[in-house]
Amino acid sequence: MTTAVAPTGAAPPATRSGRNEPKRKGIRSPYPSWFYIPAAVLFIVFFAVPTFASFYFSLTRWTLFDVQFIGFDNFVQFFQEPQLVQGFINTFIYGFVTSAAKVVLGLALALLLTGPILGRGYLRAVVFFPVLVSTIGVGLTFKALLDPFHGVVNNILGFFNLPEPGWYTDPSLALLTVAGVDIWKGVGIATLIFMAGIVAIPHEYFEAARMDGAGAWSIFRNITLPLVRPATATVIILSLIGGLREFAMIWAMTKGGPGFSSDVIASVIYKQYQAGFFGLSTAGNVILFLVVTAVMVPVSWFLNRREAEL
Amino acid sequence: MKSSSTRRVLLASAGIVALAVPLAACSGGGGSSDGKVEISYLTQSDDANTNQAKALIAAFEKANPDITVKLETQPGGTEGDNLMKTKLSTDSMNDVFHYNSGSLLQALNPDQTLVNLSDQDWASDLTDDFKAVVSTDNGLYGAPWGTSFAGAVLYNKKVYEQLGLEVPTTWDEFISNSEKIKADGGGIAPILQSFGDTWTSQLFVLGDFANVSAVNPDWAEEYTANDPKAKYVEEPALAGFTHGAEVFEKGLLNEDFPSMTNAQAMAALATGAGAQYPMLSATISAVQQDYPDNVNDIGVFALPAADAADTSITMWQPNAIYIAKSTEGDKLDAAKKFVAFANSDEGCQVQNEGGSIAGPYVTSACTLPDDVPDLVNDIQAYFDSGKTGSALEFLSPIKGPNLENITVAVGSGITSAEDGAAQYDEDVKKQAQQLGLEGW
Amino acid sequence: MTVTERITTADARKLRGGRRPKEDRRPMTVRRWIRKYLVGIIAIIVSVVVFILPFVFVFLQSSKTSQEAGLVEFSLPTEWLFWDNLVEVLQKNDYQVLWAFLWTTIITVFSCAIMVVFAAMVGYVLQRKRSRWNPVINFMVLAALIVPPAVVPTIWVLQGVGLFKTIPGMILIEATFGLAFCVLLFRAFVATIPKELDEAAIIDGAGPMRLFFAVVLPLLKPVIVTVIVVQAVFVFSDFQNPLYFLPGNDYPTVQLGLYNFQSQTVSQFNLLFMYILLTTIPPLIMYIFFNRQIVAGMTSGAVKG
Repeated sequence: MTTAVAPTGAAPPATRSGRNEPKRKGIRSPYPSWFYIPAAVLFIVFFAVPTFASFYFSLTRWTLFDVQFIGFDNFVQFFQEPQLVQGFINTFIYGFVTSAAKVVLGLALALLLTGPILGRGYLRAVVFFPVLVSTIGVGLTFKALLDPFHGVVNNILGFFNLPEPGWYTDPSLALLTVAGVDIWKGVGIATLIFMAGIVAIPHEYFEAARMDGAGAWSIFRNITLPLVRPATATVIILSLIGGLREFAMIWAMTKGGPGFSSDVIASVIYKQYQAGFFGLSTAGNVILFLVVTAVMVPVSWFLNRREAEL
Repeated sequence: MKSSSTRRVLLASAGIVALAVPLAACSGGGGSSDGKVEISYLTQSDDANTNQAKALIAAFEKANPDITVKLETQPGGTEGDNLMKTKLSTDSMNDVFHYNSGSLLQALNPDQTLVNLSDQDWASDLTDDFKAVVSTDNGLYGAPWGTSFAGAVLYNKKVYEQLGLEVPTTWDEFISNSEKIKADGGGIAPILQSFGDTWTSQLFVLGDFANVSAVNPDWAEEYTANDPKAKYVEEPALAGFTHGAEVFEKGLLNEDFPSMTNAQAMAALATGAGAQYPMLSATISAVQQDYPDNVNDIGVFALPAADAADTSITMWQPNAIYIAKSTEGDKLDAAKKFVAFANSDEGCQVQNEGGSIAGPYVTSACTLPDDVPDLVNDIQAYFDSGKTGSALEFLSPIKGPNLENITVAVGSGITSAEDGAAQYDEDVKKQAQQLGLEGW
Repeated sequence: MTVTERITTADARKLRGGRRPKEDRRPMTVRRWIRKYLVGIIAIIVSVVVFILPFVFVFLQSSKTSQEAGLVEFSLPTEWLFWDNLVEVLQKNDYQVLWAFLWTTIITVFSCAIMVVFAAMVGYVLQRKRSRWNPVINFMVLAALIVPPAVVPTIWVLQGVGLFKTIPGMILIEATFGLAFCVLLFRAFVATIPKELDEAAIIDGAGPMRLFFAVVLPLLKPVIVTVIVVQAVFVFSDFQNPLYFLPGNDYPTVQLGLYNFQSQTVSQFNLLFMYILLTTIPPLIMYIFFNRQIVAGMTSGAVKG
């Protein structure tokens, strides 16, 4: 009696979720490694190579014309920057404030805009408007609107006899004001990502919960929030990285001022870059990278661990 | 789903067509064809510069029919600074380009990257001051384009007349004038400051430099050599910082100085809402554009020193046109002709017609037209009496990156003058070390 | 019918009805009425103040003379120069702004196409395949998001492959810089596609290519749409990269044109804001136009066990 030998091309039995699938000899994985190649080529050629080259330059004094190896002097000098401590503090404040606000507001708006509400199409478009305007345009516009003396916002506040703060001229407010404008501009993307996450939840879940008599808050906490976790994780990671690295908005509105009160690491680096300290600013970028990574790796690990597997 | 696949096809075909456009339009870099030489000229992309460049090119091509000049533009300001360096260091600079002189030029490493033009005819027409700012020990690299301009106090002459004030020659007189304006002016801001554009806050410090040089002519050299006497925490240079703090403390500024922009300040000055404004005279072009009837209401006087004998006006040298070392052969000859043309009679005419005249020319080849704004005559008076000095950036390569922030802090009362000066002295250390200067 | 087809068809049939399934058939109680209409009206009012007011400002600025616009006030213009300013901005430098739109659009379209395909491939394999390399690749993705590009060495690379100052070079650069973001999104959303689907398709005899392109990719539509929208916006509004890697006037890009209206000594704020308006309107129109498709894309094809 001959036993039929299963041809090597047979698929493995589809029983479990495949996570503990033993690697069978001769079975070609349905997830080919060569899928990495196109992206890897681009990544290595246009990103990895220049970045490693620049790491070398961070150890030099570089005027773009001469290179002089100075070891870690640039790093030492960067840490001696007088405004550095304030810059780090500002960076963290800015990063966490903008990120938290975008997550919370983004989710709230996404919930609002995926439910039954009047003018939903219009609202969705309007929330996304600010994302489409260039940062410089937004910066200029809000500089004018928030002008402490002539701006519309303070004029309206004054009309109601409310205090008229110096939005970006008061050293203690400037950073938060820029953060506010950043949130205004960026919340649309967070909302978009959350909306994609929410509509991916099959509505049978909601119906089942409602039939069980769950209230709106309970539905949110037990169904929406857990199932939207991939979106939440993505928004947190993206907005936190973006916030910690942010430069354009701060530069457009205050250039780190008044004085140095809204300086963040990225604007400190840019000022050095502007002044032609290419080695020093590259060292600054390395430091910024290390700092952001030090924050992001634990955050990202934490988020991925708690990701609900569907 | 059908609509999306149709759209996909449309998109793909549009994409293919679109891809064909750049391939078809790509005609390759400029070169000589049919006997004509083509060179490219780079200038800044704002209106004034582009229009002037176009006029220059038109006049040049008319006089030299066998040469065509292609105009290219890029942003000015600090983005432009780094672009210049990047282009030169990667050998991708245009044949001829327009850029600042002085320390910004030095940052381009001219000995390595630019063509030495000291043998050109027009080089002998230049003022000594200007020659110094476009040269290194090894050569002269640029021909001037535009006039020099002053960094001093612009003032509204009508307001002065109204209140019976005279141009101050000492700092104390300046303060007492300002206090009179505050008391009797009926709401006119005595001194305008515009921290909405942070660079404008530097004028009290930078515009005072001619006075510093008057007290100590070697100050710039000593500064560059890290001489402990030549620091901003010491007089005579400390005055720049203390002045900025003083006008704030005495309440002589406009109420909205923290957020006012340069354009708004010029508007206030032109219409008489503000009386005095420490600023570069080149900004008169904003007034010419927006308040042409008020141009001659504006005059200028030098930032006064403590002692009237020292009061001198601080001058900024004009930009220049340079030739990149990567330009060779026929193109190099054409480029040299172009540069020479800029300082010829026709070139001067283009400058007179289009440019903003904000001070005297630095080459004897050009003469000022008759219809210059009044303040140019005010500046000329200082030249006639020999009371001028170059700004520090033309005498020393050192400038720290944070001066603007520091002067805003001092001028807003956030930091004291002494602290600000000390911070700036620290700040310039980086620049000096970056440049590899001795003694730092 | 194969297992795969049965599952995907089931969802498709739902949609073949022409519109999304009606979400809420419950009776309209007072509470629900409040939610729909009152909240809606409040939301609309708030949105006008928060989101539309700034645009009104831009519009007003762009209609003024240079003198008035320089004052940067929220006021009505004394004379309405909207049309004049529009024409002036359009004609500047031989219709540079129109060319800039063309080139920026080309760069955006092609770089997004490349990004989506390549990043989807990476995110998919990254999520599905357990391998020792995964932590390394994850870290590289994170790093790519954090590290800013090194300008001068990148120029050297571009010069080395002969793509400096060219449109294809710019496309590849934008695609490379956007890869990390896209991989992140794709990886997260592939996690929501149950592996049972893969296994069903494999049982039906699908090879890796067919598995990816015919089964998984269509189910990723929501995130593809999101990625395209977000990245298109980003590439379109990027000014730093074209500044360094596509300098010169042969191929102007949209954001760089802003510099035409600003200089240290004199700026034309009316034209500047007109330019901002001009460069915002087309993406806005595209977004509104494609809004329906975007929404449809997001709500279609998510299969849940």
